[in-house]
Amino acid sequence: MALRRPHKPRSLSAVPALAVIAMLVAAWWLAVIVTHSAIFPTPWQVLTGAYELARDGTLWIDIGASLMRVAVGFALAVVVAVPAGLWMGWVAGAFETLNPVFQILRPISPIAWIPIAILWFGVGNASPIFLIFMSSVFPMVVQTTAGVHTIERRYLWAAENFGVSRATLFRRVVIPAVLPQIIVGMRIGLGVAWLVVVAAEMIALRSGLGYLIIDSRNAGNRYDLVIAGMAIIGLIGLSLDGIMRRLERLKIVRWRYVH
Amino acid sequence: MSTKIAVRNLSKSFDTDQGPLAVIDDVSFDVGDGEFVAIVGPSGCGKSTLMHMLAGFDRPDQGTVTIDGSANHQPSPKGILIPQQGSVFPWLTVQQNLMFGLNGQPMREKTELADHYAAIVGLKGFEQSYPHELSGGMLKRAELARALVVKPEILYLDEPFSALDALMSLRVRRELRRILDEERHTVVLITHDVEEALDLSDRILVLSGRPARIQATFRVSFPQPRKISSPEIQDLRDAVLRELGV
Repeated sequence: MALRRPHKPRSLSAVPALAVIAMLVAAWWLAVIVTHSAIFPTPWQVLTGAYELARDGTLWIDIGASLMRVAVGFALAVVVAVPAGLWMGWVAGAFETLNPVFQILRPISPIAWIPIAILWFGVGNASPIFLIFMSSVFPMVVQTTAGVHTIERRYLWAAENFGVSRATLFRRVVIPAVLPQIIVGMRIGLGVAWLVVVAAEMIALRSGLGYLIIDSRNAGNRYDLVIAGMAIIGLIGLSLDGIMRRLERLKIVRWRYVH
Repeated sequence: MSTKIAVRNLSKSFDTDQGPLAVIDDVSFDVGDGEFVAIVGPSGCGKSTLMHMLAGFDRPDQGTVTIDGSANHQPSPKGILIPQQGSVFPWLTVQQNLMFGLNGQPMREKTELADHYAAIVGLKGFEQSYPHELSGGMLKRAELARALVVKPEILYLDEPFSALDALMSLRVRRELRRILDEERHTVVLITHDVEEALDLSDRILVLSGRPARIQATFRVSFPQPRKISSPEIQDLRDAVLRELGV
């Protein structure tokens, strides 16, 4: 049986983290009061600003717009990256042909694609979706390919020994063996996607959390709304990662994370 | 007893940075139908390589492995290899693992067969468990059951008990002996544990250090169940250990 480190109840383990956050907020508040800043908001002003946005509905529209762009771009990336990664991992020729191209495209920051995105897709939704796709597809391809390459030989041999068909080999051995790595790739990909959507929305468009931040600054230095937007981006990013982490707890991939 | 496996002049070397390294050198032996042959030898002498060639996963540089009179080079459910590190799929439950090699039968028959063999190896009640929820001994039993369920004619066991503690090793061994008394399989067992070989096998082949050659052969004709502490078996044990240079 696997030994587990004894851990405290969940409710208690969050206490130190919450304490650090509370201290940071307190320090921020104190700093604003001490320096008599006219422009930098207190935490309370940020909260009331966010409340105001929530009440008139623009906050929900912006959150919805950003999430929709991430969902579409990320879903497209998964649909392309997982089969491509499996193929490149399984067929040596595909790896040798495509890997150099991916390795050259991968280090290019998604921000560098913005001018081309605008040129190709204009300033509608297609541009940020394209940027999200470009940013999240490569980490997922790389993880999936590596996952196939690291399948242990003993499992492939066992499948061969039992004389199963190629389809069964793929469905019952290769894909489940790689699934934990695919999920890691998806976590990385979704994290990058969320970073990029905000950056992309700052350039163009009339909605989204990135637009909210830039627009709040331009329309009368509403720094309370700027910071509210930043905090909301952080919290949503945290929830998205939390959702991906839940996937790691699925029974079918638990084996990889239990040691 | 007709010949099941005929090994003739098997040689194998691996390429290394220092040139070719001979691992198996001109090994020949027969395994009879239903016979239990144990191969013992010092660790790192190429026992696993020999086993991989017998099971068809690796090709010899020279020589042949003939099974039932036909040169066999493809792994098939006719002979199941149980590798040293185990190969139970961690993403499937015990039941799904046992059903993995079953083809053709209707679903209900498959689950019945799987559960039957799970019960035989003492895993009743753990059919829905995942491998990481099992102990090392239970994992080996699951591995054994998964092999037995496809009714292989030959079992290739590569140090199947070496990862288990002494007590668990003895238990799984007893279990295996009991199953083999009911279902006749031809078995090739690789081990470095002489007592294990004396307990289970009909014949012991002693391999030399690298490159491996067959150094000696001992017939083990004591009836089952055997008492390892009996003087005759202890004498044989000493003789085998002398061959191994201990």
